[in-house]
Amino acid sequence: MKLQRVFALAKKNLKAVIRDPGALFMLILFPVIATMAFGFSFGTADSGQSTYQIGVVNADFSGTGWSHYLIGNLSETMILNVQNYSDINAARSDLSQGKIQAVLMIPENFGLSCNSFWDAPTNPNRWINTTVTLYLDSGSLFATQAIPTIIQQILSKTVYGVQPTSTYGPIRIGSPSLVDVSRLTTFDYFAPGFFAFFAIFSIMTVAQSFTFEREKGLLRRIRATPTSSSEFMTSQAVSNMIIAIIQVAIVFLVAVLVGYRPLGDITSFISAFIILSIFSLCCVGFGLIAATLAKSSGAATGIAFIFIMPLMLLGTFVSVGLSAIAKEAGKIVPSYYVTDALTSLFLRGAPVTSPTILLDISVVTIYSLIVLMLGIILYGKYGKT
Amino acid sequence: MAKQLNTYKVSKLINIYFGTLMTLTEAAIVIERVTKKFEDVTAVDGLSLTVDKGELFGLLGPNGAGKTTTINILCGLLEPTSGSVRVGGCDVQKEPNKVKKLIGVSPQETAVYPHLTGKENIELFANLHAMSREELKRNVDELLQKLSLRNHAKRKAGKYSGGMMRRINLAMALVHDPEIAFLDEPTAGMDPQSRRAVWDFIRELKKQNKTVLLTTHYMEEAEELCDRVGIIDNGKLISLGTPQQLKKQFNARNLEEVFLQLTGRRIREEV
Repeated sequence: MKLQRVFALAKKNLKAVIRDPGALFMLILFPVIATMAFGFSFGTADSGQSTYQIGVVNADFSGTGWSHYLIGNLSETMILNVQNYSDINAARSDLSQGKIQAVLMIPENFGLSCNSFWDAPTNPNRWINTTVTLYLDSGSLFATQAIPTIIQQILSKTVYGVQPTSTYGPIRIGSPSLVDVSRLTTFDYFAPGFFAFFAIFSIMTVAQSFTFEREKGLLRRIRATPTSSSEFMTSQAVSNMIIAIIQVAIVFLVAVLVGYRPLGDITSFISAFIILSIFSLCCVGFGLIAATLAKSSGAATGIAFIFIMPLMLLGTFVSVGLSAIAKEAGKIVPSYYVTDALTSLFLRGAPVTSPTILLDISVVTIYSLIVLMLGIILYGKYGKT
Repeated sequence: MAKQLNTYKVSKLINIYFGTLMTLTEAAIVIERVTKKFEDVTAVDGLSLTVDKGELFGLLGPNGAGKTTTINILCGLLEPTSGSVRVGGCDVQKEPNKVKKLIGVSPQETAVYPHLTGKENIELFANLHAMSREELKRNVDELLQKLSLRNHAKRKAGKYSGGMMRRINLAMALVHDPEIAFLDEPTAGMDPQSRRAVWDFIRELKKQNKTVLLTTHYMEEAEELCDRVGIIDNGKLISLGTPQQLKKQFNARNLEEVFLQLTGRRIREEV
């Protein structure tokens, strides 16, 4: 393989994007405009979620079952989504990162305290008094105002029966500790999916470029030179990886300018570039398949959307509000794993070595290689003429 | 033992000598009984032809006669249904990469990248032939000069006139200074001035002892440029010789009349 040929062809492909207003718009300007629009529209609002995450740390191992009964009652509410923690520090860390809105610490003598009440409901001297600790997101109006009341009601119902009382009994809720939380906006939730969303459009430009070159006799002309198929395909992969990297860098820059503040360190960003570069190979593969099926560059656009739509709807930020079934279906598209990995990196602040991210990268890599190979084989067999 | 060794050495020297001689004298292009069928259409029908090294050979015929199919077979872009083709001493089917290093192909359609400048288009194909930087620069500048494109070299090819586009098309084919050039209708649709410029350029290739296979349906072009011409119709070679020989043989004033006598049709009626 001669690198001179690969670089010359890759340079030609990059110039095609830079100098073609249509391709430049789809791959660079559209992502910039869309990112700005979404950033300004959703960058300052609350996330709009209808349920709230509450972390519960259960230190009660008395075996009385009261703490599990309480947790069960908390889970039954439509408004609270209970997440169990074994360690108060882990729960407080998630609270400070905005992953949950409150932490409830059930003390170790909680069960004994409940039993003491029921052994002598009218004799406070025999009660074992205890305090349930609550940590709240100081920046959330809901967390500071509503969560203590809701928890008090559920606690009373659990311990004292259907007639709740907040003034009578051995268990009280301590003054909530307010914790400063990094605010997450709708845009923060969307942003990881944005990167995959824009990369997907390269399917269309790859399909158009291959069909255009075929229509104009340019592919035939290149085939009459000593350029091998592998050199030609490598040049496509290289140029599309470069475009993906430029695209991510620009979208990221614009997102930060409109208020996006992702978690993670430099390794997270390098990993994001690598994941999207690998995903760009998948897009080249889908582009080749679309070019194989298309008779003209005009038809290539339409056929490319057969691949773009499911990748976009099931695997990017668009899929945030989808039903559980649709979300499950999303697992068949590679963009789902790209978005998932980027969400873990930037929204959850997970390290690159976390099992979720490694699994996502593995799936995207295998998927991309298979689709790319399939594209090359199909195009080589049926798409050249 | 020593005698056997000497005999072996002599026989080897003879082999090398005759092998080299064969290579030196072998025709640049040899087409033997080539047929190409596309389903029920026979585009080339039992074509046999030899083009010598340094010869400027014209393949004449109306559109659809099989000229472009023949060139595509010679470049290795199409496989013949039957028959064999050798270019530069190499079997096109068995050694396509060797052949592709020897040839330059200027296709009938102007296949240029519209978003690249004229110069960038030529440079791209120079790079595809893995030319050195110095050689690339020298050849590109020389071609731009010869084809009167220097002043337009930095304009995007998509903005070129038809004539300029065809000249770039030609330059892309010849930038690597190939031994054998396939020029498929190189002047089709050109204005007379551009056509003259291209003719001069093709004559220069001939002076450089390059082998040129030119297809055209302009009979005056063939008369003006070609050492020999082959007239092809419906995929079959119907006549072969120098323009003078053919005119004499058919008692015709020009090749147009030769074609008329051979087929009963005028070549340009079908253009």
